[in-house]
Amino acid sequence: MFGFVKNKWIYFLVGALLAVMVLIPFDWFMGKYNTLLIFIGLNTMVTVGLCLLMGYTGQVSLGQAAYYGIGAYISAILSKTYGVNPWLAMLIAAIVTGAFAYGIGYLIFRLKGNYLAMATLGLGLIIWILFRQLSEITGGPDGMGGIPYLSIGGFGFYTTFKRYYLVWFFCLALLLISQNIVRSRTGRALRAIHGSEDAAESIGINVAQFKVKIFALSAVFASIAGSLFVHHLRFVSPQPFGFLASVKLVVMAVIGGLASIWGAIFGAATTNILSDELLLGFGELDTIVYGLILMLVMIFMPQGLFVKLKEIIVQWRSKTTQKV
Amino acid sequence: MSVDQFLQYLISGITQGSIYALVALGFTIIYAVTRVINFAQGEFVMLGGMLSFLLISSFGIPLIPSLILAVLFTAIIGAIIYLLAIRTAKKASVVSLIIITIGVSIFIRGFTREFLGVDSVRPPFFTGDESLTIFGALIRPQALWIIGTTIVVTIILHLFLSRTMMGNALKASAISTRAAAMVGIDSRVMALTAFVIAAVIGSIGGAVMAPLVLTSYNVGVMLGLKGFVSASIGGFKSPIISVIGGITIGVIESLAVGINWGPFTSSYKDAIAIVALLIILLIRSGRLALEERAD
Repeated sequence: MFGFVKNKWIYFLVGALLAVMVLIPFDWFMGKYNTLLIFIGLNTMVTVGLCLLMGYTGQVSLGQAAYYGIGAYISAILSKTYGVNPWLAMLIAAIVTGAFAYGIGYLIFRLKGNYLAMATLGLGLIIWILFRQLSEITGGPDGMGGIPYLSIGGFGFYTTFKRYYLVWFFCLALLLISQNIVRSRTGRALRAIHGSEDAAESIGINVAQFKVKIFALSAVFASIAGSLFVHHLRFVSPQPFGFLASVKLVVMAVIGGLASIWGAIFGAATTNILSDELLLGFGELDTIVYGLILMLVMIFMPQGLFVKLKEIIVQWRSKTTQKV
Repeated sequence: MSVDQFLQYLISGITQGSIYALVALGFTIIYAVTRVINFAQGEFVMLGGMLSFLLISSFGIPLIPSLILAVLFTAIIGAIIYLLAIRTAKKASVVSLIIITIGVSIFIRGFTREFLGVDSVRPPFFTGDESLTIFGALIRPQALWIIGTTIVVTIILHLFLSRTMMGNALKASAISTRAAAMVGIDSRVMALTAFVIAAVIGSIGGAVMAPLVLTSYNVGVMLGLKGFVSASIGGFKSPIISVIGGITIGVIESLAVGINWGPFTSSYKDAIAIVALLIILLIRSGRLALEERAD
């Protein structure tokens, strides 16, 4: 009985949220925040991949921004320098990034814990150095501009209004895919790995292969976000793909809750609003805040801020219903 | 490469490697005693350099008191990090601890940037800038200071660990916290001591290196990474191997840049150390997995 009521509530909530999301980009509603919302969507895509990796397999990646960057650069170079269709470029970028991450993962996922973290950090830095140094194809530290917009037939995504829908279409699609993965047999296997690798192995789960696959998947998510990023800004430089960017992604995952798919939106939104609205013009004050967030959340609520808030609300609701 | 050039690159490699060695010592001590990899280790080095610059150049305090104050201040920060962040999160998983120390790292970095600015700074040389010539290679006095400091720090640390009660307690705690606790060694005091020693060694390194290679708010990540590479050669166990590891990485880097061909140019200097890290980790991965299981 209770389950039924709860489900009805969920449908109502999802319907209302979707309606709000559709209406948001109109000027009379929140149109001036379209750029911010696009970036929240892009970051959500990368973060949800990171959540799958960190929250469900217990592996850490301190170089996730690099895969975001690889997607961005492949899309930019193919579509601008070689005139490839942007959609095809995006597909190629996703496949190449995924294959690359699979290969890398095959090598480094033999490592664990601290060593794995440092290896992902190091690889992220190497990729970032390549973005800067291979200036003949990437444009070096100054970056490259003039990247075409995406379009379907004669319909081009020329305004932020249209790109808002484009980005969030992809974002919701990736979130739903992640949701399905988590709820499937694969998801249970991943949680088993997080619980105990030895135990998971003993019941016939191929631990190493699962980890590498999820790592590759998270890289594909990042790559898709990267492609959308360059077709939105029409400009790409190494700056948004460095170490600090990777740490910011971890901050988003941590705020949203490492093992929470929908928390990724919350994490990305909080972080972007902090950086691009509230603390804009305060130099790197946001870095200090992120440092504090990472420490405080991991010390006092390692399951994540979003998950903790959800728990508090559920507790509060069960208390009030008991009184009635 | 001629013999002279080779010697020149060798010396600059040893100098740079000495700094990595000091970072590696910090990693090793903290890891041995607490099983925590302190991702904020590079920030101790950054603080040592930035604070000594602030005290000497902005406050006009003489060299030696400035150095002492910079090291003392960083030591206090090391203690605070342990007491506020690490000890409170005692039962946290490895991933949580990584994220916490990363948080500490970017917090310190953001704070320094906010108050000391984004510019690279160069504190004055300790003893002038008249280069000496050794077998046709030029060596600056500050490089001798760096190498000398590393040697002295390593010897003092060795004596401390082998000759003093405190040092032996630290070693006992590193071998087994539980067994050490049975003979009355408080693991929390040992962990605090390890963080303070790591902060002191790191900041000394930062203060002696800054006049030669400059420093800024963001040098911590790369130095931390290279110190980690150096320490991982010895599996975060032996201080001596960590020092040798640091100098090896410095020399490899410097000679690679000296070759000046293909990817071996100064633009890829940092990538070389990272590739070295990956190779070392992969070679050792079998043993590392076993060790983590044993812990």
